[in-house]
Amino acid sequence: MPKNSQSDGEMLKGTLDMMILRTLSTGDAHGHTIAKVIERTSEDVLEVEQGSLYPALHRLENRGWLSSYWGASENNRKAKFYRLTAAGRKQLVREKSRWSRMAHAIALVMGEHNSEKVTEEGAE
Amino acid sequence: MTGFRFFRRRRQDIDLTEEIAAHIEAERAENLARGFSPEEADRRARVKFGSARRVREDIWRQNSVAPLENLVRDLRYTIRTLARTPGFAITAALVMALGIGATTALFIVVRSVLLNPLPYPNSSRLVSLYESDAVSNSPTPWDPVAGGVFNEWQRATHNTAQMGFLSPWQSYNVSASGGQLPESISAAFVSWNLFRVLGVAPALGRDFLASDDKPSAQDTVILSNSFWKRRFAADPAIIGKSVYLDAKPYTIIGVMPASFAWNFNAKTQLWTAAAHEAPYLMDAFGNHEFLVVARLAPGATLTGLVSQVNAVEQNIKLAHPEPAVHTRAIGRSLLDATVEDYKTPLYALLAATICVLLIACLNVANLLVARSAARQKDLAIRAALGGSRWRLIREHLTESLVLSTVGGALGLLLAWAALAWLAHSKIGLARAQEINLNWWAIAFVIALSVITGLAAGIIPSLSLHAGQLLETLQSSSRSHSAGRSRARLRKVLLTAEVSLTVVLLLGAGLLLKSYQQLRTRNLGCAIDNLLTLQVSLPDVHYGKPEQNLAFFEQLLARVRSLPGVQSAGISSTLPGQGWGGDSLVTILEHPPLTKGQGIDLMHRRADPGYFAALQIPLIRGRYFRNDERLDHANVAIISESAAKQFFPGEDPIGRHIKEDSHAPVQIVGVVGDTRWNITEPMRPTFYVPLFSGESDGAGLAVRADSDVDAESLALPIQKIIGQLDPDLPVADVMTMRQNIGAATLQDQFNSILVLAFAIIALVLAAVGLYGVLSYLVTQRTTELGIRIALGAQRAEVMRLTLADGLVPVLLGLVAGLAGGAAAVQLLRTMLYGMSPFDWTVFSAVVIVLAVTAACACITPAWRASHLDPATALRAE
Repeated sequence: MPKNSQSDGEMLKGTLDMMILRTLSTGDAHGHTIAKVIERTSEDVLEVEQGSLYPALHRLENRGWLSSYWGASENNRKAKFYRLTAAGRKQLVREKSRWSRMAHAIALVMGEHNSEKVTEEGAE
Repeated sequence: MTGFRFFRRRRQDIDLTEEIAAHIEAERAENLARGFSPEEADRRARVKFGSARRVREDIWRQNSVAPLENLVRDLRYTIRTLARTPGFAITAALVMALGIGATTALFIVVRSVLLNPLPYPNSSRLVSLYESDAVSNSPTPWDPVAGGVFNEWQRATHNTAQMGFLSPWQSYNVSASGGQLPESISAAFVSWNLFRVLGVAPALGRDFLASDDKPSAQDTVILSNSFWKRRFAADPAIIGKSVYLDAKPYTIIGVMPASFAWNFNAKTQLWTAAAHEAPYLMDAFGNHEFLVVARLAPGATLTGLVSQVNAVEQNIKLAHPEPAVHTRAIGRSLLDATVEDYKTPLYALLAATICVLLIACLNVANLLVARSAARQKDLAIRAALGGSRWRLIREHLTESLVLSTVGGALGLLLAWAALAWLAHSKIGLARAQEINLNWWAIAFVIALSVITGLAAGIIPSLSLHAGQLLETLQSSSRSHSAGRSRARLRKVLLTAEVSLTVVLLLGAGLLLKSYQQLRTRNLGCAIDNLLTLQVSLPDVHYGKPEQNLAFFEQLLARVRSLPGVQSAGISSTLPGQGWGGDSLVTILEHPPLTKGQGIDLMHRRADPGYFAALQIPLIRGRYFRNDERLDHANVAIISESAAKQFFPGEDPIGRHIKEDSHAPVQIVGVVGDTRWNITEPMRPTFYVPLFSGESDGAGLAVRADSDVDAESLALPIQKIIGQLDPDLPVADVMTMRQNIGAATLQDQFNSILVLAFAIIALVLAAVGLYGVLSYLVTQRTTELGIRIALGAQRAEVMRLTLADGLVPVLLGLVAGLAGGAAAVQLLRTMLYGMSPFDWTVFSAVVIVLAVTAACACITPAWRASHLDPATALRAE
């Protein structure tokens, strides 16, 4: 994999959790599907690093935002499905509004200041 | 939640592995669908996922709690280490168990007996009052109160206190009834309000009323719960029925609750009203019969109450200057009155167990130091590689805490067993029924385990100096200073251990010697093959002197004619069997004493054959004659100490002594002294003839032929008594030796217990000493090898090594003797007729310790002196 695409696809910290919650809000899914859905919906810009997907899933489950169960996948294999809980749904709303505030703020900053400096910080 | 996840980590990890496999499988299936070859599909799937192990580790760490994680790791490590040296682990845990168990048991006893409030409502307001006399020579200052005095006290203090009394040393004959044998039981005379003052009420029936407590009232009695259960099978309809006491019917008006077991005399079976039973005691001023219990009114204090009654007492003395009337009043809390006698022994035992615990702790610390010394390099390397110092200390702590926890658990079992045994033993401890293992004990065990574990773990950690790392790593077999600081630490520990051991040995030695002296103490009469028993003649059938005399005469004649009986005698109270009563007398031939003074003599009645039967030697004059009976019984025999004390330089024979309100009696003989209690000093005594027919209670002593077992005579003698009077109970049938054994049981218990502790301490100290010296020799193997190779004499090497081990012993011995000299002061009241500074005991302790230390040191020293230099130099 080319080096620059890796840094391109790298996600902003904390956004993976939000995107997992968002993905599951349309229905239960297992880890592989979640990764696929995120990559596909972002038009393959974002690449879910699998090393962080599962720790994130466990973290969200431990916080009570997700629940899990073993079921059969689309090609009839055993897979662990995740489901958004009521608390998770509320969390998604919170994260969404936090994200839009943030995106708005960043847009403001980007509109007024030197872009190079921001890129440096963002890439850090 | 977190903790829960922590313990489910392994299960979760298995789950996760499966999940990851499923993920990779899905990816692979997709790749296949894209048209890759199976191998390529698999490879791509795995590359894309990255390291499954890292994901698992991440989640594992996410689910773990750092301190808990460390704890589990430390525990696992410790258990592995301990399992590698099971001998050490088991010894250390057992030593800890012993220390913790003994200390816990004693703590519970001290708490339940000495510290817990008495089981009465608001019991801190209860006090006990006594009379006392500056010139009185009774064994304690706490003299009982006379009935007349009590009445005056009560009248003067009705605003400050509610006052009642009891006389717990009474007894009754319960008549044979309903197929049950007659028996003699302990009882107490009480004022009608005593139970109200204490705040307890009968479980069945009613309490005494003022109208029951009069000479003219009906005969009434309140039973103890145990007597009711035993003698009346817990009959629920007992109230209103009668029981024959001393051949008179008494109406049962109440039964006390089972919880009311303690009552100044645990053997008390029933209570009767004092003024009804003994009206003659109620207005006497010189007849000290009653223990006074008072409940302080709100706002009143013990000191205030005592000064109030003291003022009354002084007025009484002015109005009644007779010698038997006391001059002052004293008081103490009821709790103190109950447990005063047990304070010193219990605190002494507690101190001894704490010593054992400390020694156990020091020993475990010592063993841990040895352990860490052996692993010095290993630890240094770990420290150099970045293992934190705290981490190393934590290892020590975990190790000692594991040991102390196991020790604590075993100790709890030990304490439980000890308390269960104590509850059923015959030590006669006050409030023994209140002792039980409760949450306090468990909390105490946990606290002790943690404290000892921390203490034993922190001491060895002191030797983990951060700065020494490099030195330790550099130190090779050729450097001889390695481990010196550790050895010094062990020597300090050893010194402390030895000094504690010396203190314990001193205490044990003193108690044991005192007990031995007590056992061999001369009671003043024959004690071998001697059977004793008690009878008490009720007034109803034996009120007339002729009846009384006839009974004793027949009894003696028939017992003496029994086969196997060598001789028999009767006295109102036999030697070693109790106070039995004293009298204030004057000597007619002597000038009158100053007003208010009298000669206090123990008062006994004896039959003519008594002194010969008990082998009490005749010193001057003669024994009683058979015809000195009834109206012709105006003679007396005095003991040797009475003769010496009150007739110095003159012949007492022919002199007359006079008791208050009795006709004077002429002294006809002087006999040897006897003790009224084996643990107490001799007291001057006078005897008057039993055949005067006035004695109601009597002790029969029967000496068996040398080829006959005295105990085998018990049954035939009881049969004779049964034939003389089928309704007369026989009490306390036992040999004189058993009697002495019972009287000294508590001393035996104390001395054996402390001795056991001292022996344990000695063994631990010896083990510690051996360990330290062996370690030192191992440390110095190379050095010693060089010395020997260069021509050092083996004797010299041995001397060097011995000195190394014996210096801490010597220091410990000196410290221990100094500490012991202070500590044994506390034992003063537990020692009979000996000073706590008994040089034989002190020197015996020094010798025992020196010999033990020498034995412990000799093996390592010998090994050192017999090192083969070639092997020694090649070591390491």
